[in-house]
Amino acid sequence: MPLQQRIFALITGFALLFLIFDLIRRRKLKEEYSWIWLVTGFLIFLLIVYHPLLFLVSKIIGTLAPANALFLCGFLFLILITLFFSVKLSQISEKVKILAQKIALLEKKKPGKSNKRPRRRSR
Amino acid sequence: MRQKVLVIIPCLNEEKNLPPVIRRVKKALRGAKILVVDDGSTDKTALVAQKSGAWVVSHPFNLGYGAALQTGYRWALANNFPFVCQMDGDGQHYPEFLPLLLKEVSQKHCDLALGSRFLGKYPYKIQFLRQVGIKIFSAIIFLLTRQKISDPTSGFQAMNKKVVRFYTSEIYPTDYPDADILIMAYKKGFKIKEIPVKMHPSDQSKLHSGLKPIYYAFKMFLSILMTILRK
Repeated sequence: MPLQQRIFALITGFALLFLIFDLIRRRKLKEEYSWIWLVTGFLIFLLIVYHPLLFLVSKIIGTLAPANALFLCGFLFLILITLFFSVKLSQISEKVKILAQKIALLEKKKPGKSNKRPRRRSR
Repeated sequence: MRQKVLVIIPCLNEEKNLPPVIRRVKKALRGAKILVVDDGSTDKTALVAQKSGAWVVSHPFNLGYGAALQTGYRWALANNFPFVCQMDGDGQHYPEFLPLLLKEVSQKHCDLALGSRFLGKYPYKIQFLRQVGIKIFSAIIFLLTRQKISDPTSGFQAMNKKVVRFYTSEIYPTDYPDADILIMAYKKGFKIKEIPVKMHPSDQSKLHSGLKPIYYAFKMFLSILMTILRK
């Protein structure tokens, strides 16, 4: 892997990790949802920093150049993250549905009665 | 005095354990109000709690232990309770120790009283790995606050209104409010005190099965790290 590519990958990996930590610090990203990003960030960082690991991955998946293995790993991580958030989104939409139904049931209206307040009689 | 106390019991599928717990709380703290926060149970937890004489708030689905407690804190704040106690509904905590915890807070010895099972007075058996985990988090708390907390995972607590108000803020963790929230409370200036209590070894299989201990350790370390960075 040429030096230029390594430096670029290193800066990108470091920036990604920094961004994740900063988002958690500023409470823009909850700790509960951060683990998948942190694991992904660390693994990509590890692949960039520790070259023998990247060569091993490249050998296992059969890519010609180690850089291709890195891109493939990044792509696979992105697919996994998208899948993870799709599952979370499905769970949240189900919860929103239950909440909306609960509120609707709490605000049920009896037949024949209006919601208007009764007028006070003037003397 | 006791009428100004609220006991929060967060529960998830505790229909069997809850009635004796409520009975014992009523006996230990006569006049105190009991609020059971049913965190999306699939059994009759809410019904048995209501029949046993507790106020009940039910989440439409499971939100997590921390979120269940926070629902209780919000209720306490809305109803102007000056003192709040919290305990688990699985029978692990002995309600007979509630007056001891409450006394520390009501007599202004501290803002937050924690019931500790490791202060040596009462024996308590615990799994080796959990013990190691608790010791590590105790050491981290000591490093950051210079205060010895022997049982940072204890959910057996009493607190005053100032702490309740702090706990209703957005920083309160949804899942595991343990070492991280104690550090935050200390940094906020609250006085924390530990009281030796007796605890019954609970069935930890629900909380500590599968990958949950790994997630717990990861989340707790990350949360503590963020607490330090947010200075």
